[in-house]
Amino acid sequence: MIRVENLTRSFGEIEAVRDISFNVARGEIFAFLGPNGAGKTTTIKMLTTLLRPTSGKVEIDGLDPASHQHEVRQRFGIVFQDASLDDELTAWENMDLHGALYGVPRKIRNERIDMLLKLFELSDRRNDPVKQFSGGMKRRLEIARSLLHTPAIIFLDEPTLGLDPQTRNQMWSQVKKLNEEERVTVFLTTHYMEEADRVAHRIAIIDHGRIVAQGTSAELKQQTNSETLEQAFLALTGSSIRDEGADAAAAMRTMARMFRRPR
Amino acid sequence: MTTIYILWLRQLKRYVRSRARMVASLGQPLLFLLGLGFGFGPVFQKAGQGNYIQFLAPGVIGMTILFTSIFSGIELIFDRQFGFLKEMLVAPVPRLLIMIGRTLGGATVAMLQGLIVVLICLIAGFRPHLSAIPAGLLYMALIAILFTALGTAIASVLSDFQGFQFVMNFLVMPIFFLSGALFPLNNVPTALGALAAIDPLSYGVDGLRQSLTGIAHFGGALDLTVLSLVSAVCLLVGARLFNRIQL
Repeated sequence: MIRVENLTRSFGEIEAVRDISFNVARGEIFAFLGPNGAGKTTTIKMLTTLLRPTSGKVEIDGLDPASHQHEVRQRFGIVFQDASLDDELTAWENMDLHGALYGVPRKIRNERIDMLLKLFELSDRRNDPVKQFSGGMKRRLEIARSLLHTPAIIFLDEPTLGLDPQTRNQMWSQVKKLNEEERVTVFLTTHYMEEADRVAHRIAIIDHGRIVAQGTSAELKQQTNSETLEQAFLALTGSSIRDEGADAAAAMRTMARMFRRPR
Repeated sequence: MTTIYILWLRQLKRYVRSRARMVASLGQPLLFLLGLGFGFGPVFQKAGQGNYIQFLAPGVIGMTILFTSIFSGIELIFDRQFGFLKEMLVAPVPRLLIMIGRTLGGATVAMLQGLIVVLICLIAGFRPHLSAIPAGLLYMALIAILFTALGTAIASVLSDFQGFQFVMNFLVMPIFFLSGALFPLNNVPTALGALAAIDPLSYGVDGLRQSLTGIAHFGGALDLTVLSLVSAVCLLVGARLFNRIQL
């Protein structure tokens, strides 16, 4: 479903992603782990048509994201690290707008919106404006929305960041359920190792732009003689702290938080 | 088509729901109309220029549309900050359609706001030629499209709200004050006249004023030509800059 060969992306002097290769099979849940600034987001951007690779090959469902932008976009759903909902619109309207943008016919759109809102337990709040939602509800709505156009793949970029364990737990159960029922391929990033351990079929660990290990959770633990995935992760990536450069996006995130109105 | 429609609809819904914004943005035109209108009215009359409310109303209508449409365009910065821009830009639709949908939505909102001010002007004693309503609406629409596109173009290159104040003080306010919305452009000093002549709102206000009250400075043919041309340029530049936005 996803095929990446010798993918490299540099920004000026800096090589954010260096010669990485991996495959994700249809129906697989694939976790892409790494410390901050390791190249996760850059990789996701290249997979989702938002950034062109410097060199190397990407295929999404057999298509090159650079030359078949719209076809590729139709095939995936994405949940970004930060919210991407319209706060003034209701849950249902956000879903409906998404469906219209992705050309989902009205009848199917309504059915799927009903189904997804029910699955993510948002049915009773469907007509409330999103600005009244809690962080967890917004995240659930975003995941539900990303699945509306029946994508073959969903990209979840740290979808559980800042959520309580109950919400995270429930969210992964719902994602797993959809993965089994609709055979949707899941590509996820997270900093919670126990989540990756629990939900992912396979894991790749990226550091300094290179993939340092990939395999099942058991394989990674065995390879590093670790008992938990967290230990394996630290063994592979070292334990020094990474500070991401404060880029425009990070600054913007801070601003967005400041401007967010209290509920 | 669905893309344009759904994004147009989104702008309208946002407008209708933020009643506070609707009411707040009526305060300024009201103040100009009543404060300036009745305050300067007697002086204007004495100078032999006739009824000031009659002269000022088209200017205040133009001002309302200017502010609302620039703001609608600049709202794109909100979309960027609150993340909704990503949802639009990653969808499998051409960006041009997104830009058109947003611009038409913003322009419609500005038109509605302008129409509310028309009502207020009528209450304040403004008496337009009824036969001129279609032409008046056309000018209102042109002003709305022009400045929404301009706002979108500006918002496409601004990354945060720091620049917004700058745009307001050094672009929007001059556009308003130099446009002849508040005073007749006949007999003004040459420099001011020249500035007014390169201000697109001057032609919008002039067109509105001519169609609604018969008072003209540039004349309808020139007004229409300039407004259409500048609108087209703003749309093109806006579309180009919008196309270059990176996530």
